[in-house]
Amino acid sequence: MNLDNVSVSVQQQDFDVSAELRRLRDQSAQVGAVASFVGVVRDINDSQTVSVLELEHYPGMTEQSIADIIIMAGERWQLVGARVIHRVGKLLPTDQIVLVAVTSRHRGDAFAACEFIMDYLKTRAPFWKKEQTEEGARWLDARSADQAAVDRWEQSD
Amino acid sequence: MVQVMFFSLIRERLDTDKLSLSLPMPGMTLLAFTEHLIDTHDAHWREVLTSANIIKSVNQRVVDNDCCLSDGDEIAFFPPVTGG
Repeated sequence: MNLDNVSVSVQQQDFDVSAELRRLRDQSAQVGAVASFVGVVRDINDSQTVSVLELEHYPGMTEQSIADIIIMAGERWQLVGARVIHRVGKLLPTDQIVLVAVTSRHRGDAFAACEFIMDYLKTRAPFWKKEQTEEGARWLDARSADQAAVDRWEQSD
Repeated sequence: MVQVMFFSLIRERLDTDKLSLSLPMPGMTLLAFTEHLIDTHDAHWREVLTSANIIKSVNQRVVDNDCCLSDGDEIAFFPPVTGG
């Protein structure tokens, strides 16, 4: 993977998935597959209604840790490019939180790498979510299912 | 001098987001430095900074307690991450 085709952004503003995928496709005529994942704010979490989701991060470390994850994916699969956008600040239910998009020559590499990057992002990139609910504000706890998703990749090495 | 940063629940519980202090001893371990931070504050800091799942980083890399510190390092304390 050419690192010129890798881009990571942490930003408050929303993103346009269609425009992002077009930019990825236009990077190279080698691209035969584009796989993408978009994470969205849900209105209910752990049986409580969520009115606002606040995302905090560690500037600098966040961008570098995501870039490192993409490079790990590039060592594992044949990729052409990758784009990750993660929003921070105050978000509302139905808002987009995160985009992971990966290009490759063939679909298998793009599908797998997209899931791999998302799984590692959830357990390695320094973001923290705080929900405002009817019962007050609460920081979310890390989920063991997210760690299990990463463990699965490490077992299949 | 070293920069010390606290994020998320750790920042809220300590009511502190950033500290700048001189490194008591160059080459000291992160564990010894954490003890120094606790000793110069109060029992509440001990409770927060020794919580079981706390993550520590030096120069934006997650490290273990035996990591050796140098002048100019950026040290951070935070809970398990929950992005995505």
